[in-house]
Amino acid sequence: MAFELDGRTYEVDEEGYLADLSEWNAEVAAYMAKEDDCDLDENHWEVINFLREYYDEYQIAPAVRVLTKAIGKKLGKDKGNSKYLYELFPYGPAKQACKYAGLPKPTGCV
Amino acid sequence: MLHTVNKSPHDSSSLRTCLSLAKPGSDLLLIEDGVYGALSGSIHSDTIAERLNSVTIYALGPDLKARGISEDRLISGIKVTGYDGFVELASGNDKVQSWL
Amino acid sequence: MSETKKFMYVNRHAPYGTVYALEGLEVVLIGAAFEQDVSMAFIGDGVFQLKQGQDTADSDMKNFSPAYRALGDYEVNCLYVERESLEERGLNEDDLMPLTWEDEDDDWAEKKSIHIVSRAQLSDLLEEQDVILNF
Repeated sequence: MAFELDGRTYEVDEEGYLADLSEWNAEVAAYMAKEDDCDLDENHWEVINFLREYYDEYQIAPAVRVLTKAIGKKLGKDKGNSKYLYELFPYGPAKQACKYAGLPKPTGCV
Repeated sequence: MLHTVNKSPHDSSSLRTCLSLAKPGSDLLLIEDGVYGALSGSIHSDTIAERLNSVTIYALGPDLKARGISEDRLISGIKVTGYDGFVELASGNDKVQSWL
Repeated sequence: MSETKKFMYVNRHAPYGTVYALEGLEVVLIGAAFEQDVSMAFIGDGVFQLKQGQDTADSDMKNFSPAYRALGDYEVNCLYVERESLEERGLNEDDLMPLTWEDEDDDWAEKKSIHIVSRAQLSDLLEEQDVILNF
C-alpha cells in the first residue's frame, strides 16, 4: 500500500503506518491526520514530537501506559493522563500518534 | 581452503571442530555470532590462540561492531577484515567450507 | 488483576545471530502491560545482549540494544546477569550497558537495574518464580 503527496510516493503497511521511518516529514503527518478527519494543533505536535524523540532514543514505540507516564513527567500532570491524550487522539494515543509520527505500531498495542 | 564459522563457540561445537580439522595454511573467517570466538579472555581463547601459528584467523569487522566488540578486545593475532576482505578470501581460496 | 505472579524471562541467546533475543525483548515489553512482578535473567550467550557499544550501522540490521534502556519505563527493573557466564566469555560488569530505573516511591531516584549474581544465586532465583519463560 502507498499514498502520494506532493509528487512523492510513501509506502505504508496495511494499517497505514509508514514503511520507512526516514521518509517522514511534517506534511506526511498532517496528511495522515487529515485522512482521519483530524486537524493537528500544537498539542498534537507536542505528543508527536515527543514520540519521535522517544523512538530516536530507545528504538521502540512506547506502549500507551509508558507514553502517558512519560508525557506527564515531561509536559506536566495535566497532560500526562489518558483523558487528555484520548481527547487529542481518539483512536488511541499510542496507536494514532505513532502513526502520524512515522513510527511503527507500538509494541504490545492492542 | 577458507573456513567460515558463524556460531558462537559457547553455543556450538563448530569452531572447535573446524580448528581440529583445518590444515596448516588455511584461512578461517569468523562471521555473525562466530565473531564471539575472537574475544580474548574467554574459556575458548587459548584453544583458538594455539592454532594461530598455522591457521590465519580473521573476524568480520561489521559483525564485531554490531555486537559491541572493539578490536582491542580480540585475541592478539586475529585480523579484522570487511566485506571486501571476505570476497578476497573467498576468491583467493580454491574452496570454501561453511561450518553451520 | 487479582493476583500478581513472579515472572522471569530467561535469555540465553546472543543478539543478531538468531531472532531469540529480539523476540524475547518484545514479549517482555508486551507482557509488561499485565503488571506482573517481572524480572529478566541473562545467562550463557544471553549476556552478550547487554554488551555496551553495539553499532549495526555497517551491517544492515536494526540495533535494538537501546530498547533495553526503556525497560525501566515498563517497570522491568531487575535484570540478573550470571557472573560465571560473563567470566567464561572474557567479559565483566563494565562491559554491560549501564541500565537504570527511576523509583517513584523514592523521589524518582535513579537505581541500577543490572544485578550480577552467581550461578548458585540464580538457581535460587529460578526456584522462587511462578512462571519462567525461555528465549
